[in-house]
Amino acid sequence: MKLNVNNRQHDVDADPRTPLLYVLRDDLKLNAAKFGCGLGQCGACTVLVDGEPVFSCVTPVALLAGKAITTLEGLGTLDDPAPIQRAFIEAQAAQCGYCIPGMMMRAQALLQKNPHASDTEIRAWLEPNLCRCGTHLRILSAIHRAQAIMRAAQAGDAG
Amino acid sequence: MRTTRFAIVLCVLLALAAVVFGFAASEPAIAPIAPPPTASFDPALVQRGAELAAIGNCGVCHTAPGGREFEGGVALPTPFGTIYSTNITPDADTGIGAWSEAAFLRAMRNGVRRDGAYLYPAFPYDHFTLVTDDDDKALYDYLMTRRPVRSMPPDNALPFPLNVRLVMFGWNLLFLRQGPYRADSAHDDTFNRGAYLADGLGHCGACHTPRNVLGAEKVDGKFAGGEAEGWTAYALNASSPAPVPWNADTLFQYLHRGFEQEHGVARGPMADVTGDLRSVPDNDVRAIATYIAAHMPSTGTAQQAAQRPELQTPRGTAVAAASADSQAMRAAGGNGDEGAAIYAATCAGCHEGPRAMPYGGIDLAFSSGVSGPSPTNLINVVLYGLPAAAEARNPIMPGFASALDDNQLVALLRYLRGRFSGKGPWNEIERSVHDARNGDGQRPAGPADSARYNPAVPK
Repeated sequence: MKLNVNNRQHDVDADPRTPLLYVLRDDLKLNAAKFGCGLGQCGACTVLVDGEPVFSCVTPVALLAGKAITTLEGLGTLDDPAPIQRAFIEAQAAQCGYCIPGMMMRAQALLQKNPHASDTEIRAWLEPNLCRCGTHLRILSAIHRAQAIMRAAQAGDAG
Repeated sequence: MRTTRFAIVLCVLLALAAVVFGFAASEPAIAPIAPPPTASFDPALVQRGAELAAIGNCGVCHTAPGGREFEGGVALPTPFGTIYSTNITPDADTGIGAWSEAAFLRAMRNGVRRDGAYLYPAFPYDHFTLVTDDDDKALYDYLMTRRPVRSMPPDNALPFPLNVRLVMFGWNLLFLRQGPYRADSAHDDTFNRGAYLADGLGHCGACHTPRNVLGAEKVDGKFAGGEAEGWTAYALNASSPAPVPWNADTLFQYLHRGFEQEHGVARGPMADVTGDLRSVPDNDVRAIATYIAAHMPSTGTAQQAAQRPELQTPRGTAVAAASADSQAMRAAGGNGDEGAAIYAATCAGCHEGPRAMPYGGIDLAFSSGVSGPSPTNLINVVLYGLPAAAEARNPIMPGFASALDDNQLVALLRYLRGRFSGKGPWNEIERSVHDARNGDGQRPAGPADSARYNPAVPK
């Protein structure tokens, strides 16, 4: 079947019941999304589908024909990181780092819809994603930093 | 000219009638008191009051999600407008700190505030009127020993004339049947204890009994099913939709743990109820279960169930799970349509997998959500999932709101209904899906340890 990942069409030879996560990691070699619990309970596998966060470990590719999938690799690169990636690096938000791609994707979905989300809204929005290292405050600070970077970029465009 | 004079006379007469009515209908204020010190209350009574407050689910309406305990301000959408729950902490200015025990008893029994104004029956005093003096006193002691919070709820958003509290005088005349509860000698003590708790403080009928046009529970429709905050409250009488009839034991398990493997998982407002009941003594929960089960069908539906072989072997009770082969056959058992494919790919892994509840999904042939009168509850759970509860082994499920588009969800719902319920298709599924995605004032599918302790789930 055909999958649109990071604005590219991919021909994927997979059983339609295969979770998106396996296709991303095993077939497309996009390894940012992580296998955490496999039950849609920890958020490490979060990617965007049509701009909304989904748990890719419990989302079969059968559901995804014609939908736009975005992974962390689709946001930016090492040389040209997206605002959310730059902010996470600058805030040194990763401890072990396993949850971080999911955190970034979930935060990205919120900031795309609501760049001015309040701290309360950010906290509530990120509730489904778990971090066992306890870097929550760094993660929050990184998301606020990303908001600032996005605002500055917008102001720059306008000016 | 004559018409004008007639109109004036009519107005004067109406005004006079209103004054006389207002006089007859007014209730006196009860003098304020200084909030008594916590140490003046008997700890044993306070403890009993805590259990009673859990049975009455006071916090469900009087504590806002993420808010401070019992400070009120929760918006309660009603067909008549939005009513905001009150502050029932012992704050003297904004709560009930200035209320004497007599004022509290009058509110519970007659639906009248300390200052004499009428309360609206969104506060279910039509049930609480059955509560005994002793239990009311224990509740009072419990509430008066909570932390006082200074917090004023927003004004109610009710249209004229409902915003005139005096109109509740008429409602009370028509619909308020004052208590206390009278035991039914035809039944044993357990049944009567359950009736007292379920019909009184527990106010089960507030959601599970349909209401008339004036918002009062229909006397001839007790437990015939209703709705609450975007969720269906299933019928608890002969028209219970449960594929396997409830009995006192299964109902006890459900009320006590928040799920039961041959019926389903408590969600939405009911999750708050079962979350509260976890702290209630087993005997009281068992009594409620006994009383409610007595209203449910026992044999009729059981015979129907016997004709559905898939209900004979609940997965999870048996040690051996279904073999991989039979799972694959069941998964492919539909007519090959889109719904069947979505079920096989998305749902069957947990709902036909080897794990028993709570960590495996319920066998959907047993689910009241699938066999219920409307798809509302099923849609809510598929979209928003079952978040994990703190400190409890409870069913979990991820939500699929972002993974399934509306067409996919409708195809899935049609397939589930056709394959698992043994009942005819639902009407207007598309509209129910639209409402669930866009519903305002709807309680999300919170964890069974009570949605109110968690921040609002963003849409």
